[in-house]
Amino acid sequence: MSGLRVRPAGRHALLVELPDGERTGALHAELLRRRAAGTLAPVAEIVPGACTILLDGVRDPAALSRQLTSLDVPSTARAEGDVVTIPVVYDGPDLADVAALWGVAEDEVPALHASFTYRVAFCGFAPGFGYLTGLPEPLHVPRRDTPRTRVPAGAVALAGPYSAVYPRATPGGWQLIGSMPDPSVLWDPDREQAALLSPGTRVRYRSVPS
Amino acid sequence: MSVKLTVVRPGALTTVQDAGRPGHAHLGVPRSGALDAPAMRLANRLAGNPEGAAVLETTLTGCALRPDHPVTVVVGGAPCPVTVDGRPAPWGAPVHVPAGSVLDAGPATRGLRSYLAVTGGIAVDPVLGSRATDLLSGLGPAPLAEGAVLPVGAPPVPSPALPAAAPWLAPPTELVLPVHLGPRTDRFTPAGVRTFLSASFTVSSHSNRIGLRTEGPSLERESAGELPSEGMVLGAVQVPPDGRPVVFLHDHPTTGGYPVIAVVAEESLAAAAQAVPGTPVRFTAGR
Repeated sequence: MSGLRVRPAGRHALLVELPDGERTGALHAELLRRRAAGTLAPVAEIVPGACTILLDGVRDPAALSRQLTSLDVPSTARAEGDVVTIPVVYDGPDLADVAALWGVAEDEVPALHASFTYRVAFCGFAPGFGYLTGLPEPLHVPRRDTPRTRVPAGAVALAGPYSAVYPRATPGGWQLIGSMPDPSVLWDPDREQAALLSPGTRVRYRSVPS
Repeated sequence: MSVKLTVVRPGALTTVQDAGRPGHAHLGVPRSGALDAPAMRLANRLAGNPEGAAVLETTLTGCALRPDHPVTVVVGGAPCPVTVDGRPAPWGAPVHVPAGSVLDAGPATRGLRSYLAVTGGIAVDPVLGSRATDLLSGLGPAPLAEGAVLPVGAPPVPSPALPAAAPWLAPPTELVLPVHLGPRTDRFTPAGVRTFLSASFTVSSHSNRIGLRTEGPSLERESAGELPSEGMVLGAVQVPPDGRPVVFLHDHPTTGGYPVIAVVAEESLAAAAQAVPGTPVRFTAGR
């Protein structure tokens, strides 16, 4: 795959760096396909980041590194699998600020935000917290100057290129535009798939009345 | 008969630990698990448990427990005085605790973290296959509190033959951590990398299960600013804007944006887990 750079991360891990999020998503999907098919050198964890994929627990880093540089991967992630729909009540405390940053009326934010298909680029920050890409660049907004000490579970939020839903209450500096009525489905360790949103999952938001 | 332990004295920070929950980093779940994994495994073997059975990990001041039925406990890891109802008992060997007696693992005389393995293992409900307390994301049982009650599992049958004794690693007086450079060594100036590999740091009192923080010289960066979030491995030496290296331990975040100058070999992390604040630290370039 062109534009790919493999960096060492200790003796048993590789950090694969890519030029952008699109190609990161494409390589991630390809690695999962190959792992499922049994054609990927053994690796314990595949952890995507914004423009990187960490391969941890690698038995033979040199061999895997060679395999990666010779992989033939499409430059964009193919849309695959089901789309998860997240209902949102658009009543967040930062709705007016986001409307102003977007240059639209406050009541236009829900339809605009819900008009895109998002993809979970990576998880982090908290179990089940997915960083969703898919918002076009003109709609990227900065974090708040002063983070909130408590963002409630289910808060639907924006920061930079990302959109997210908070699986549980935590401090946070993202712009809050709404809330998911039942956030308990986002993270349930007793379920076979503990996280509703895992890397690669496609997501749509749907505006619902409060 | 199911044994229960009542916490008489929780100590500064005592958590349930086992081999952790690796394999979920892509969901934002830290690996967690015992920081001094060899000590946990050895304590379990001496107690007749599988190596990865859930144990208690103390921090500096130990803890005390009262079982409601007779149990066998091995206190290992950081050496400490062990007593049963105030009478001295051996450290690093099986101790029989009668029903209603108090087993006390005292303050560590050297090192930081003692491990209490109870025959049968601590039997709290597992989360994602592990009973470990993860202090970063709050998975697993809460840290021990006075009066809390912990269930103990059934003793393994047949009980493996117990080794009579075993060697334990001494806690370090100087922590020497072999590192493998990368993935972001190029974010530092050559002088910054030289400082990292030659200077003497000390273990900061702000260290915890998430990371071993250091005090000492600041590492010069090639450029300021954060990287886009990327995956972090156990042992990663992350350098925040203050320039002072932090070695990621088992409860570390799965992704982060500060550059990782190098990665500490996993077999050296047990020593890092036992290094008390003020211990000198050096990083050496390994292979």
